[in-house]
Amino acid sequence: MLAPPLLWLGLAYLGSLAVLLLSAFWTTDSFTSDVIHVWNTDNFRTILTDSVYRTITLRTLGVAVAVTLIDALLALPMAFFMARVASGRWRRALLVAVLTPLWAGYLVKAYAWRVMLGEHGLVNAVLAPLGLTGPGYGLPAVVLVLAYLWLPYMVLPVFAALERLPTHHLEASADLGAGAWRTLRLIVLPAVRPALFAGSVFTFSLSLGDYLTVQIVGGRTQLLGNVIASQVTLDLPLAAALSAVPVVLIVCYLAAVRRAGALDSL
Amino acid sequence: MHLTRTARAVLGVLMTMGLAIVHVPLLLVVLNSFNADRSFAWPPSGLTGEWWVRAVRSQGVRDALWTSLQAGLAATAIALVLGVLAAFAVHRHRFFGRQTVSFLVVLPIALPGIVTGIALNAAFRTVLDPLGIGFGLFTVIVGHTTFCVVIVFNNVAARLRRIAPSLAEASADLGARPAQTFRHVTLPALRSALFAGALLAFALSFDEIVVTTFTAGPGTKTLPIWIYENLARPNQAPVINVVAALLIALSVIPVYVAQRLSSDSAGGRL
Repeated sequence: MLAPPLLWLGLAYLGSLAVLLLSAFWTTDSFTSDVIHVWNTDNFRTILTDSVYRTITLRTLGVAVAVTLIDALLALPMAFFMARVASGRWRRALLVAVLTPLWAGYLVKAYAWRVMLGEHGLVNAVLAPLGLTGPGYGLPAVVLVLAYLWLPYMVLPVFAALERLPTHHLEASADLGAGAWRTLRLIVLPAVRPALFAGSVFTFSLSLGDYLTVQIVGGRTQLLGNVIASQVTLDLPLAAALSAVPVVLIVCYLAAVRRAGALDSL
Repeated sequence: MHLTRTARAVLGVLMTMGLAIVHVPLLLVVLNSFNADRSFAWPPSGLTGEWWVRAVRSQGVRDALWTSLQAGLAATAIALVLGVLAAFAVHRHRFFGRQTVSFLVVLPIALPGIVTGIALNAAFRTVLDPLGIGFGLFTVIVGHTTFCVVIVFNNVAARLRRIAPSLAEASADLGARPAQTFRHVTLPALRSALFAGALLAFALSFDEIVVTTFTAGPGTKTLPIWIYENLARPNQAPVINVVAALLIALSVIPVYVAQRLSSDSAGGRL
């Protein structure tokens, strides 16, 4: 019974990844742009030694970490309010309100921000009376929009974890004399930690490979995804070698959070 | 935990602010689809319904919508079959590499779309091209299925873990054959998980752009591809706004249906 799905995932997916990895060991003729099928490790050497790629990798990592932190900070109070303060119909309504944007479409949301962040957009119009201007298109805009895009992925698991948290744990903590902060630190946070990690799998890895948001609101910002996308047609072996970078980072991250039990809460 | 009045108020304010941040951009798109000014500067100078008329008449939008529907339905159908089989296998049997399977199925959604995209692109070129199968709707469907399988698998596997084994045992004790037990006991218990999984898978496929970019041929345009191609054309901006507004309005339906059907208050798993 396992054969068809495994064949599918094995052949279509892992097979493709293997083909990609193999082609990373080839080179491209710089005159004709033809792929030369001679085994070598030049591409990986370029990526490891060229400071341009190191800077871009670090910048991309920074963006992914920043987006994950922002989403965790935003998701915690929202999920807590939904799961523990609101009740009954309110809770359902809030859940729908948070979930709906998840379905509204990636491109639609990125586009919405492009319009808002434009020179005559809403952000500048709102900030103008305060004597401020918005971030415009660039790296801050990329972090902002990515955090916006992936927020529901963080709210959902955290909400589910908080909702499952037994009320008597909180009551026992209060009975034993713990204040709200202490209960939060000693009872609530440990209970939602796997959920935070589960959410971070999405926020982190989706940010790490994104290139469309960068193209839409990033101005001239270069992240790993863009560099890969721009090399695909020019130099496929280099693009293949470059795409090993986010894959390695994500697999390490997955292995790390798996120990925290995050994959069970996905 | 007893929350003070201040704590509740602070949480309420944060919740309201969060919701505002989430919804203002979307509301703005809907408003802009009626904006008479083509540059969409804030505030709008006047309102018009012209863009909606133009969008409905646009052949490009209609063709793209049809392509997206075909790709989404086909990918969801294949994913349902494969995802359910995998979920049953992992649930029923203890076998070597069982942990690996549950790790493996997370990969297609955890790895960046661009990596999946160019990997599939390279593989299709080496495998399908010699067979005479070019890039087109078929390759898009194969690409979408890889991540749709995961969604179905996650939903069904989670539900299987929660169905009490005693139900199937009771059915067997009462003399039902395995096929009867499946039809009358297991399937009804799974139904809403299947539906939620299919719905999520379809929505993901409908929205997907990165994998699609690298697996679609030049003539195959799904709706997101159409939107993306037209982002760079200023004179198409009003029509894009209408399509975007329409997609936002439609997004209420799956959330509503998932809420009604799923016992999971979060309405399905990703």
